[in-house]
Amino acid sequence: MRYVFAWISTLLITGSAFAQELVGQPTPGALGFQPAATRIMERVNDFHNYLLVIITAITIFVLGLLIWVCIRYNKRANPEPRKFSHNTTIEIIWTAVPVLILVAIAGPSFSNLFYQENEPNLEMIAQSGDLDDPNIYVDAAKEGWITVKAEGMGNWAWTYYYMDELDADGYPVQYVSNGIHYGLPSDPPATPEKPLYLATDYPMVIPVNRYIRYQTTSDRVIHSWTVPAFGVKTDAVPGRLNEGWFLVEETGVYYGQCSELCGKNHAFMPIEVRVVPQDQYDRWIEVMKTGDIDAATELVQVIEPMGDGTRLASVE
Amino acid sequence: MPMDQVAAHGHDAHDHKPGFFVRWFFSTNHKDIGTLYLVFALIAGIVGYSLSGLIRLELAEPGIGPLTGLMEVMYGTTGQQAIEQAKSFYNVVITYHGLIMIFFMVMPALIGGFGNWFVPLMIGAPDMAFPRMNNISFWLTVVAFILAMISFLVPGGNGVNGFGGGWVLYPPLSSTAGHAGPSMDLLILSLHTAGIASILGAINFIVTILNMRAPGMTLHKMPLFAWSMLVTAVLLLLALPVLAGALTMLLTDRNFGSQFFDPSGGGDPIMFQHLFWFFGHPEVYIMILPAFGLISHIVSTFSKKPIFGYLGMAYAMVAIGAIGFIVWAHHMYTVGMPSDMKAYFVAATMVIAVPTGIKIFSWIATMWGGSIDFSVPMVWAIGFIFLFTVGGVTGVVLANAGIDHALHDTYYVVAHFHYVLSLGAVFGLFAGWYYWYEKMFGLKYNKMLAYAHFWIMFIASNLIFFPQHFLGLNGMPRRYVDYPEAFSLWNSVSSAGYALSMVATLIFFVVLIESALRRRKAEANPWGEGATTLEWTLPSPPPFHQFNELPVVKNEAGH
Repeated sequence: MRYVFAWISTLLITGSAFAQELVGQPTPGALGFQPAATRIMERVNDFHNYLLVIITAITIFVLGLLIWVCIRYNKRANPEPRKFSHNTTIEIIWTAVPVLILVAIAGPSFSNLFYQENEPNLEMIAQSGDLDDPNIYVDAAKEGWITVKAEGMGNWAWTYYYMDELDADGYPVQYVSNGIHYGLPSDPPATPEKPLYLATDYPMVIPVNRYIRYQTTSDRVIHSWTVPAFGVKTDAVPGRLNEGWFLVEETGVYYGQCSELCGKNHAFMPIEVRVVPQDQYDRWIEVMKTGDIDAATELVQVIEPMGDGTRLASVE
Repeated sequence: MPMDQVAAHGHDAHDHKPGFFVRWFFSTNHKDIGTLYLVFALIAGIVGYSLSGLIRLELAEPGIGPLTGLMEVMYGTTGQQAIEQAKSFYNVVITYHGLIMIFFMVMPALIGGFGNWFVPLMIGAPDMAFPRMNNISFWLTVVAFILAMISFLVPGGNGVNGFGGGWVLYPPLSSTAGHAGPSMDLLILSLHTAGIASILGAINFIVTILNMRAPGMTLHKMPLFAWSMLVTAVLLLLALPVLAGALTMLLTDRNFGSQFFDPSGGGDPIMFQHLFWFFGHPEVYIMILPAFGLISHIVSTFSKKPIFGYLGMAYAMVAIGAIGFIVWAHHMYTVGMPSDMKAYFVAATMVIAVPTGIKIFSWIATMWGGSIDFSVPMVWAIGFIFLFTVGGVTGVVLANAGIDHALHDTYYVVAHFHYVLSLGAVFGLFAGWYYWYEKMFGLKYNKMLAYAHFWIMFIASNLIFFPQHFLGLNGMPRRYVDYPEAFSLWNSVSSAGYALSMVATLIFFVVLIESALRRRKAEANPWGEGATTLEWTLPSPPPFHQFNELPVVKNEAGH
């Protein structure tokens, strides 16, 4: 129960921030979102905090009214009931005010939605050169897209395809990413490096501060690819190719879990994304092209600090 | 329409009831069929509630434990095989929990039970318009439940018995690719049967309400419960055929080689989702609207005041029902829809908050200036208003597609829809139960025990579902048999809440047994001057045939 005071205080402050929050994975006893690693999730978080104020106020208002009528108009306090059943003014007010509240919600809601949904035009961003706008990344835009396809597999694994990275035979780099824990006695022990039900054998690897276009599809049943810290979730549907984008601002390991019921091992189909500096990513993808997936994965076990050697820092 | 404006009625002529078998098995009496529905819903509710107990038991702490033990008992398997079966069985449990609670508990209780009992009484009709069709509706519902139970007990094609694809039945998981066993076929048959039963019932309600109101009772003087049943019946009539179509396509996909939902043959799994939610979203209003109706009567009765804004209340329900048909894809924000389409569904969905707000505020305004008697039904009704508000505001959060991308398919959604259904519809159900219990069965119940039932249930259900908001925000997906350690705290709180709810449920049955044993004779109107609808003009229980001479609602009883 040592968290109790921390919860109450953080609930009072923001309702979402948590004292010792873990990054990229759930925090024990947490009350709110995982910390944002992308601008998309940051905006979701801000919008949710805004909404939380509104809905808490509405709930407290309704609760307050209920308590008030229960105290003021119970049969002892008010033995003679009044008989009115209409009041046009108040009816107009409680129709109009909710409409205004909804309009106040719709504004940020739509801008948030379209920011997430509409793939940014990198050429325009690169030309704009606006370094102060937190919603766009000029340097990253100059580097172009990295496209990764995630295919949900019938045996509860994800296959990742790096669509623009071709191996010697001309095929995109691709590999299967399995969870390592299945709730079985044979599972390897859970460690901070390999958290239970979150870790995979071969993670997805992407460079930090790059525009990532992710695509999802599936070979048999519907799955859903998500990373809570990125604020993205897209169903992987057989016969369809869905698409989304994100850009991760901090290196680290970020986890997600399959989010559409897909059968027996639905709970054991994790998503692990290792976000590394550009040059570490470059070395990883080169080894991946040779087909030595174990050697490549070894290269990203430790995420290197962002040094001067990163390409992004050296741009211009 | 106050009681004193209603003319007297004669019912003492002959009130002979048929023998037991004919009375309860061939019943064409709306009150007996209503009772049958309530008993049926009680039995199905026990099954559905026990399944949720298995869910909370399994999730009480990390690790796949209790269900593994159950597999050892049920299938004689051990070790790893038992765990693998437990994973599949968990999916079966959540699937049947949802289906049973929706189709065989809430709908039969609120619509079949209270609707059958009180729509004819409230509108001054001797019975439903089609008494024998009423009988078919009930027994088809029983057949549907039996089919669902058989489906639970035959191989699903996933290593255990039963279908484990969730109550939404999404293909390809519900196609032969996901569940090749006969369980899903039986489930389709069950839902078809339940759908036919509901459509017949809906036709019966619509015809009864439109044609059989007492002289002088115009639509705009009709009690709000009858209004809620009218809207509900129209929703059923329009929504269920769409489900039936989707189910039939699924059936032919599974058995006759069609490929409506199979991409390898040019089909599309998402089409099923559109069809399903075109039914599924009105379905959630089908479950809550009858509760809206009866809560209005309870609030008015115990405030000793007429319903505030009667017409607004009636048309708010009509509006909720109408808008309910154009918001379905807010259940599908992550399937890969164009952003403009999402924007439309965001806007349309949020509009529902307006008529819902009108209802909440009108209930409070009904209490305002009243002389409130905190009798048992009233505390359930007040609990309903508050809990439904909580469930409603999280609905506004989820309506925003941008946030839903983070919350879709997490426990936040589970918390939201249990606040509006488990704490909304079910609290409405109990409010109606305690409001009409004496009227229906002619017996009083122990008020102290009923208060205890309310308070323990109120605390327990909040304890179960409020922490699930936290789980969802922090990223716990729904339909998970096991979870990372980080989610253990709130899951254990939720399960503790379930344990407490078992105490409340036990008290509920003690209330029933105590009442049945003590047999204190009920009054015709235990609630006094505030109870103004027609059912309170009759003795408790009402005679086998009522209103042989139609009551007349006089004109000045306007609103």
